[in-house]
Amino acid sequence: MSAFSATRVWAVLIKEFKQLTRDRLTYAMILALPVVQLLLFGYAINSEPRHLPTAVLVQEDSVFARSVLSALHNSAYFDLVAQARSPAELDELIRRGEVQFAITIPGDFTRRVARGDKAQILVEADASDPSATGPALAALAALPTQALVGDLKGALAPRMQARPAFEVVVHRRYNPEAVTAYNIVPGLLGVILSMTLVMMTSLSVTRETERGTMESLLATPVEPIEVMIGKLAPYVLVGVAQTLIILTIAKLLFQVPMLGGWLGLGVGVSLFIVGSLALGFLISTVARSQLQAMQMSFFYILPSILLSGFMFPFRGMPGWAQALGEIIPVTHFLRVVRGALLKGQGLEDMWRELAALLAFVCVVTALAMARYRRTLD
Amino acid sequence: MTLAIDVHGLNKSFGDKHVVQDVSLQVAEGRICGFLGPNGSGKTTTLRMLCGLLTPDSGEGTCLGLNIISQAGAIKRQAGYMTQKFSLYEDLTLEENLMFSARVHDLDRRKDRVAHALERLGLIERRSQLAGTLSGGWKQRLALATATLHEPKLLLLDEPTAGVDPKARRTFWDEIHALSAEGLTVLVSTHYMDEAERCHEIAYIAYGQLIARGTADQVIAGSHLVTFNGEGAGIDRLAGEISRRPGVEMAAPFGAALHVSGTDRAAVEAAIAPYRREPFRWTEVEPTLEDVFIQLMDGAEDNFR
Repeated sequence: MSAFSATRVWAVLIKEFKQLTRDRLTYAMILALPVVQLLLFGYAINSEPRHLPTAVLVQEDSVFARSVLSALHNSAYFDLVAQARSPAELDELIRRGEVQFAITIPGDFTRRVARGDKAQILVEADASDPSATGPALAALAALPTQALVGDLKGALAPRMQARPAFEVVVHRRYNPEAVTAYNIVPGLLGVILSMTLVMMTSLSVTRETERGTMESLLATPVEPIEVMIGKLAPYVLVGVAQTLIILTIAKLLFQVPMLGGWLGLGVGVSLFIVGSLALGFLISTVARSQLQAMQMSFFYILPSILLSGFMFPFRGMPGWAQALGEIIPVTHFLRVVRGALLKGQGLEDMWRELAALLAFVCVVTALAMARYRRTLD
Repeated sequence: MTLAIDVHGLNKSFGDKHVVQDVSLQVAEGRICGFLGPNGSGKTTTLRMLCGLLTPDSGEGTCLGLNIISQAGAIKRQAGYMTQKFSLYEDLTLEENLMFSARVHDLDRRKDRVAHALERLGLIERRSQLAGTLSGGWKQRLALATATLHEPKLLLLDEPTAGVDPKARRTFWDEIHALSAEGLTVLVSTHYMDEAERCHEIAYIAYGQLIARGTADQVIAGSHLVTFNGEGAGIDRLAGEISRRPGVEMAAPFGAALHVSGTDRAAVEAAIAPYRREPFRWTEVEPTLEDVFIQLMDGAEDNFR
């Protein structure tokens, strides 16, 4: 009786296997997970981002200037998407995050190159995410020796031999020392809030269904919106507490710069907390067990980490992945947090991201209300 | 006489299973109606349709004068429903569970009501105990107190005493009768015959259809069942043999005795005739509710098998 019995092992094995085939959704997700991860890591993530949006301010219309711009373009790292007309406009484009680089070719560029008198172009980089700008900035090193090869002929040919025809001055803005933590730590705020809040609330309704208390609750006069608000409100406090803890640690341990943008940050955090909670609630109205709720939450969190620009530069991803990333609320939340803390963005700079978060809250709440059943049908 | 429950032609299907078929049920105000039937016969589904937890596929009717489809919300405010499975929060204390119910029903004088309910239960000194740690009988009494805290006019109980010991069951039924005396209408599903006999009237449902209705005496009389009680050493072992004889609808051992029933008196007498010998003694007895129900169950068409 006490000896090892293969039949008993067989009994347990058969039972497990049968149960495994009964919960198809759970195991479908387990099988889908490696596929999704492989596709995302294999195709979407690019640690050497190219084709970064670049704005230029060209203060002289010359052959040399055009040659420099076409050399930048040919490097494949820079996509010239905007022509600024003034330094202020250029500054706004980079502060709002519409471009990664702002390049100024000064008015005396041609004259100085011709004279061999310390010609310069200015490249300002939004270095809040060092990994997004690093490779592109490294590629700039070759620019001075190559950009003007075709132009410096005849009398100007000696300019090529002596030393590089001009100098590239690089300003790394928002994170001059390229400290990765400055970018990662604010990003973690979005990831941590997503993980805890979505998961916790996704279990809340499923738990009632699993324990059988849902039937009693539904037999009372309580309305769906009352259940939702009542269930989510305690977690709003949890979210606020987490935010304060993360920001405090970010300041004290990681010395993350906090330039301001507190109003926008406050609005963004509030919308994001409410939206994440509502999403968890929505998941819990779909999932039939707590296990399924956990898995669905995980399926939301995985792309939130990979495609939001949290771990890998958003602009390094191919177009389809960026389009997917735009749907993910964390993407917009990260832009709000980084914009506020690292760039001191105001409401006028980040209203698009805040509007996206507001839309997220509205859509998810409406779906959750539509999904929540007043009856057991 | 006002009807607390008055529904007609209720139907409900889940997938291809027609769980409730054309059930019509009337219960007068202040009555305790026992709702009986085998497992899976549609009792729970019917109760859930009455309190707005399920929407009938077809049929109509009222509970407390309110339409069960369009006024489900109003019914929920005036009805109490106790689920088959214990469905209070096991990780809340007794007091917290009652308080939750009081708040959900938007009651006034909540503290008083909760204290009063705990006192009535005799659990005032255990009010800080977690509900999950109560024994089965106490859990059911707490659930009853929770379901009646908002002073409903109609109480729907789904097998409230399943798995509860006899003493606790008696206490539970005393409470139900006390509530009924205050004017509450009760519809209670059960499998226990002694509980069925404690009801003012009975509704018997089998395989989705209501097949008997009335007081216990009326149901027994309506069955036209003839029952003989056989006694004598070893008679219980003849159950299988006798039940196979023509005209016998049921032969079941009752302790040392044997009940043989059928609707055709002559056939039943003929069936037991060979056994009218020593050491067996036969007497005609009044059929019990159980005899009637087993006969009803066997006669009903089982559309789920």
